[in-house]
Amino acid sequence: MATKLWFYIGSAILILLAACSLLAPWLAPHDPLRQNLDKDLVAYSSDHPLGTDKLGRDILSRTIYGGRISLLTGIATVLISLAIGIAAGSLSGYFGGWLDQLLMRLVDILMAFPGILLAIALTAVLGPGIDHVILALCLIGWTGYARLVRGEILSLREREFVQAARCLGCRPERIILRHLMPNLLPPLFIQATFGLAAAIVAEGSLSFLGLGVEPPTPSWGSMLNDGRQFLLVAPHLTTYPGLALMFTVLALNVVGDTLQERLQSRTP
Amino acid sequence: MKQFFIRRLLLLLPTLLGAVSLVFVLVHLIPGDPVEVMLGETATAADKEALRRSLGFDRPLLTQYRSFLLNLSSGDVGRSLYEPGSVASIIRARLPATLQLAFCAMIAAILVSFPLAMLAAIRRGGWIDRSALTFSLLGLSLPNFWLGPLLMIVFSIQLGWTPVSGRGGISHLFLPALTLGLGMAAILVRILRASVLQVIHQDYVRTARAKGLKESRVWLKHVLRNALLSVITILSLQFGGLLAGSLITETIFSWPGIGRLTVQAIQTRDYPLVQGCVLMIATSYVLINFVTDLLYKLIDPRVSYGD
Repeated sequence: MATKLWFYIGSAILILLAACSLLAPWLAPHDPLRQNLDKDLVAYSSDHPLGTDKLGRDILSRTIYGGRISLLTGIATVLISLAIGIAAGSLSGYFGGWLDQLLMRLVDILMAFPGILLAIALTAVLGPGIDHVILALCLIGWTGYARLVRGEILSLREREFVQAARCLGCRPERIILRHLMPNLLPPLFIQATFGLAAAIVAEGSLSFLGLGVEPPTPSWGSMLNDGRQFLLVAPHLTTYPGLALMFTVLALNVVGDTLQERLQSRTP
Repeated sequence: MKQFFIRRLLLLLPTLLGAVSLVFVLVHLIPGDPVEVMLGETATAADKEALRRSLGFDRPLLTQYRSFLLNLSSGDVGRSLYEPGSVASIIRARLPATLQLAFCAMIAAILVSFPLAMLAAIRRGGWIDRSALTFSLLGLSLPNFWLGPLLMIVFSIQLGWTPVSGRGGISHLFLPALTLGLGMAAILVRILRASVLQVIHQDYVRTARAKGLKESRVWLKHVLRNALLSVITILSLQFGGLLAGSLITETIFSWPGIGRLTVQAIQTRDYPLVQGCVLMIATSYVLINFVTDLLYKLIDPRVSYGD
């Protein structure tokens, strides 16, 4: 019962976040980029309920728009990684042979790096920017999905329904897409939930180091980095983007955990 | 065991070579002229030419790769653009600080997670269990780039118990180690709890109880000892992750280790130094994984990797 409740709370937070991101231009009380040096580092006012930063920009508006960047980066990373991972894992698992060896050694090499290190190194040489962040995160992100898909296909490809499809003359791409893929969707969806949480944290880490989105575009990570210099005088600068980030990741982890438990309890 | 060692070593070599090659390629991915990016547009043509020659960029790519590997085999990773001395000597000087932080973070994670996971498994479904799982979930969801400033506000600014930043005595270590170790503790609680719950239903635990052994002895000698096997893998894998995680933690707390050095090198566009730091962390990570595999096989001879 408690698990179900947490699942609903987590889902509600995610829906709220998605709605806030989509409706940001209407929900945000101010332009997130508009500076007002007369009102810098305000902790609270009726006009700025969450205060302002060193340039007098509204924290509430920047937090709402920052969620947009985090969610956009996370979803784009997960979708591109999923597409590459599914293609590579299917080819590797279904056809085997030298292609399998080649792809899996590539996965081994990429997994030999701590993920965030490779992303930091790549964005360091390519330069900051949301497209470079997504590229760097996808480069490491697809490997996990490829491993998962390959493993599942290896366990499924000799099952009766696949053999029957093969005997009926189905082409490999049809067998993969119509017969194997529906069985892969639940574990992939769960991994994508955790992948989204990881991508959001990674984007935050890169932005925190100044390698993510370029200023003045708001992102939770860059807001935390900006606020770090004012911890003593204006702790609210780090509190709100930090809370938003934590609740988003927490919600994704809760939803992912619950779905995983359900899947495991159904697996014979 | 010998055959197993040789098999793992043969698998390690291409992975290591792949990781090294990737680090070599990194500098060549810089858009435009890498030398101009490193020195800036205002540098003179002579300076650019001198750097191009010293980095070997004036030679064909394959020749550069060959000398990169040859130099690497003799421990030469190049020279920093701004700091005196070779990249290897700069890294050597900073390594103790990172290792000290990573070890302390690991010890902090073990001290927090082991008792919590054991109590959670013993009192499964109770409030301790629920608190342990909540702690684990929160620990996994709190990014260290927020946790660090948060701990700084509470312990350094509000309470004044610890220094804000820098390296010194134990008090300097407390906050960075806690920041770096919390994520690891969260994972360990989950793994150890699940592992203990799996072990307590085994026949040998039932037999130990049936023999009339004291409950403490059953838990310590039969349950914990076997449950620890799965934790060892996670522990060493996480240690590799701690080295990467140190990039952010060391930056927050101005800890003078490899992590901060990497970030500073990125900010000053000192790419030979960035290359050296990434190479150091990546190869340590690969080697730690290799040693883990060997250790695992040594501790539990039942482990098989298809050998």
